[in-house]
Amino acid sequence: MEKQVVDGLREVFQSGRSRPLQYRKQQLGALHRLITEHQEDIEQALKQDLNRNTYNTSLFELISIENDIKLAESEMADWAAPRPVKKNLNSALDDVYIKPEPLGVVLIIGTWNYPWAMILQPLVGAIAAGNAAVLKPSELSEHSARLMKELLPLYLDKEMYQVVTGGVPETQELLRQRFDHIFYTGSSAVGKLVMEAAARHLTPVTLELGGKSPCYVDKNCDIAVACRRITWGKFANCGQTCIAPDYILCEPSIQDRIVEEIQKTLLEFYQTDPKSSPDYCRIINTRHFDRVLALMNECTIALGGESDRSQCYIAPTVLKDVLPHFKIMQEEIFGPLLPIVTVNGLSEAIQFINAREKPLALYVFSSDKTVIKRMLAETSSGGVTVNDVLMHYTVDTLPFGGVGNSGMGRYHGKHTFDQLSHHRACLIKSFAMEGLNDARYPPLTAARLRKAKFFMQHRLCSCSGICVWAVIANLLAIGLKDNVP
Amino acid sequence: LNGRGFVVWELFAICEVLERLRGAFRSGVTLPVHFRLTQLEAMMSLFEDNETQIIEAMHEDLAKPKFEAVLSEIEIVVNDICYAISNLQSWMQPTYVATNLATKLDDCFVRREPLGVVLIIGAWNYPLHLILLPLIGAIAAGNCAILKPSEISRATEKLLAELIPKYLSQECYAVIRGGAEETKTLLENRFDHIFYTGSQSVARCILLAAAVHLTPVTLELGGKCPCLIYGRLDMKAAAKRLVWAKFFNAGQSCVAPDYVLCTAETRDALLPFIKETLESFYGSDPQQSPDLGRIVTDRHWDRLLELLKKSEGKIVIGGESDKKTKYIAPTVVVDVMESDALMQEEIFGPILPILTIKSLDEAIYFVNEREKPLALYAFSDESQVVNTVLERTCSGGFCSNDGIVHMSLPGLPFGGVGASGMGNYHGRWGFETFSHKRGCMMRSWLLERVNVLRYPPYNESNLSWLRWATTAKKKGWAGCSVM
Repeated sequence: MEKQVVDGLREVFQSGRSRPLQYRKQQLGALHRLITEHQEDIEQALKQDLNRNTYNTSLFELISIENDIKLAESEMADWAAPRPVKKNLNSALDDVYIKPEPLGVVLIIGTWNYPWAMILQPLVGAIAAGNAAVLKPSELSEHSARLMKELLPLYLDKEMYQVVTGGVPETQELLRQRFDHIFYTGSSAVGKLVMEAAARHLTPVTLELGGKSPCYVDKNCDIAVACRRITWGKFANCGQTCIAPDYILCEPSIQDRIVEEIQKTLLEFYQTDPKSSPDYCRIINTRHFDRVLALMNECTIALGGESDRSQCYIAPTVLKDVLPHFKIMQEEIFGPLLPIVTVNGLSEAIQFINAREKPLALYVFSSDKTVIKRMLAETSSGGVTVNDVLMHYTVDTLPFGGVGNSGMGRYHGKHTFDQLSHHRACLIKSFAMEGLNDARYPPLTAARLRKAKFFMQHRLCSCSGICVWAVIANLLAIGLKDNVP
Repeated sequence: LNGRGFVVWELFAICEVLERLRGAFRSGVTLPVHFRLTQLEAMMSLFEDNETQIIEAMHEDLAKPKFEAVLSEIEIVVNDICYAISNLQSWMQPTYVATNLATKLDDCFVRREPLGVVLIIGAWNYPLHLILLPLIGAIAAGNCAILKPSEISRATEKLLAELIPKYLSQECYAVIRGGAEETKTLLENRFDHIFYTGSQSVARCILLAAAVHLTPVTLELGGKCPCLIYGRLDMKAAAKRLVWAKFFNAGQSCVAPDYVLCTAETRDALLPFIKETLESFYGSDPQQSPDLGRIVTDRHWDRLLELLKKSEGKIVIGGESDKKTKYIAPTVVVDVMESDALMQEEIFGPILPILTIKSLDEAIYFVNEREKPLALYAFSDESQVVNTVLERTCSGGFCSNDGIVHMSLPGLPFGGVGASGMGNYHGRWGFETFSHKRGCMMRSWLLERVNVLRYPPYNESNLSWLRWATTAKKKGWAGCSVM
């Protein structure tokens, strides 16, 4: 069944239906309508999946999708247009450019923490780039998956874009098929399996994975503001965000102050009982609930710690004096537990970070520019926000993606379009100027070789007078034709 | 020495080498622009000081004519080194990006950072070029690198093993020699990027090995590059360019035009010009010409002769061969059908099949039925024909009215798509391939009051403000003072 889906999409793709920009804009417009007309249904589905607050839904998912759609609609013509590049003397009179082209049929595998954004944002780029797509939403966020499967064919061309639902067996079957690109968001462990499956067909992949995103709080900073921002980023979506600050690194002297400020902020955000706050989410299911709860085992609870399995509720929790070998420091938490690991200064923090896998995001809070500079220069991560958390995700001109264990490839805004396009190098020549070519033909003479080398150079082309060079090239070519035996 | 004549200690030394390179990378020595420029300049010296030895090694491995060695192995690499040297400073600069209203007071930029220790696996047909051109990008981007040249081009492999440690930093760059076994061992280790040039079957193994460590890869593979010749054209010029591109390096180029698609009339008009061009290039007895290459190994020579034997087409030009010198004459075969032996695999030799079609549509359909090639060529004086082919096909790169030369332009990315590969390089693209583009945002401490809009407890009016602030953008909002 999965093979039929993919074959069908490929056939329609090859008919050229998605080539005209008008068609792509139409589809994007339809997608936009889907979101606006069914906003309430989407909010309802997310409430059932994650106890997500309606405003949270808009803020974290719908606004980003809508922004991406609007951007693609207005910029698509620019993005899809041929992109001229620098020439050398040999090609002074030719057309040299990069032509973005669709890849074909793209597979987009979503995840359960932001079920709509993680599938629809890549889809916007896929559509804009002219591809057909198979969407595989996560079965863990089942209400969203069901709604997506029901709504998409009502708005988009179902012969070009299809939703396939199901669990592991369906995903495995999909991965056996041949795609022109696979876009996967999820865990590093499954990322490896996706890449392995893709290897069979030599399919390129984009992997948006995870990791432990460190958050270094320097003693020279506005700790109150820092803690407000960290609290917001950590406990939104109940900590189930791939770029949530996973753990805090700070000097022992400010640990208590940090706990105090977070406590104040939690009170302000979720009041005295977060369980009854409409703005606090739940863990996706009991399996993850058990996993996250177990991570607290060896730790000293500074704040929170309460839980209720029947609701998959875990209170916003801060753990202090956490040691590097604790279980909580061995895997991505993906829950509302915030460990604080103390280090003696910036160098130790940098060492600590570099001893671990490259994370998807890195955060540093400091008023000291040298601290920030060092942190940026001496570490690596997918992305960085300085003096805040999560926000680099919201700027669509910044490429969003991981490095090393946190992933490969990037997207958002134009980057999605570029990621899901083939950048075809084009050289359009005429039959004229054959004299120039003579320099490269056998039989070899010293004179021919000298001339061939000269024309291959591009060092001379860095000045802007390309026309001047073209004229000179012409004259030389005429001269060459007469000289060459 | 093991049975194959390779130094066995190299196998165990792989781990040591890797450790050394990792240590060097961690120390930060490759980060400063000065270091990278010094290494690139040293690479330049490597070429300047050893031109004769290089030409000799090429000759030993492939009987490569001096002309070809200079153009396709020395000049093209030296050009790219110069290009990198003159542009490196600007490539390394962070690029600032436009922000929306909500982030107007913040600095958003993209940093290009090195990946770490990369592995570059070369091929035998352009043994120096295919391993050193990627190295330029790797060095420019600030990485350490292990080079694994092809063991088939032995003289070049030996030369590289001798010259690289002599000119480049031994802490940061190493050459590992060996065959399939050694490569397999090498691939069990973890790299931060793998750059491979070669065949599809080996590429699959490389991708599988890379998946274990989530290592990104660049694959420069092959395929059958079609050459569509259609409509009105300058027969003489077309023949010259086609012949040059096809028989350069005795057809052993990943972007050589593999086969021609044209009408019977075009074929008949073209053949005399092809004959004439071959004579002007290589004389009446190509075997005597110093300007024609040879086949790399006996095994490949056998493979090509086998294809020729099995082919049901008619040889109209060439067909002669000499096993002792691994020589195959520039050969043109006509009346070739889709099912012919010559059409089942990438030829990679001096044999040019010409298939006849009745219309451009038929030619395009034929090409699209097959895997996406590394390069696609369209010869025609009619721009309509060229545009149609360009629009309705897909390939790594495209060149009209010439062959191969599109890859000599540093501004163009060179790479495949689908079965012909993934990723690209050359010029700035090499630098980008070996870099991580890190999105960075420096938020201001000020305006915490504005941040309040996003904090719980959530309410509708905050949401509308936020919506407005995140969608409003650059053009036309420059003067806005709401913030």
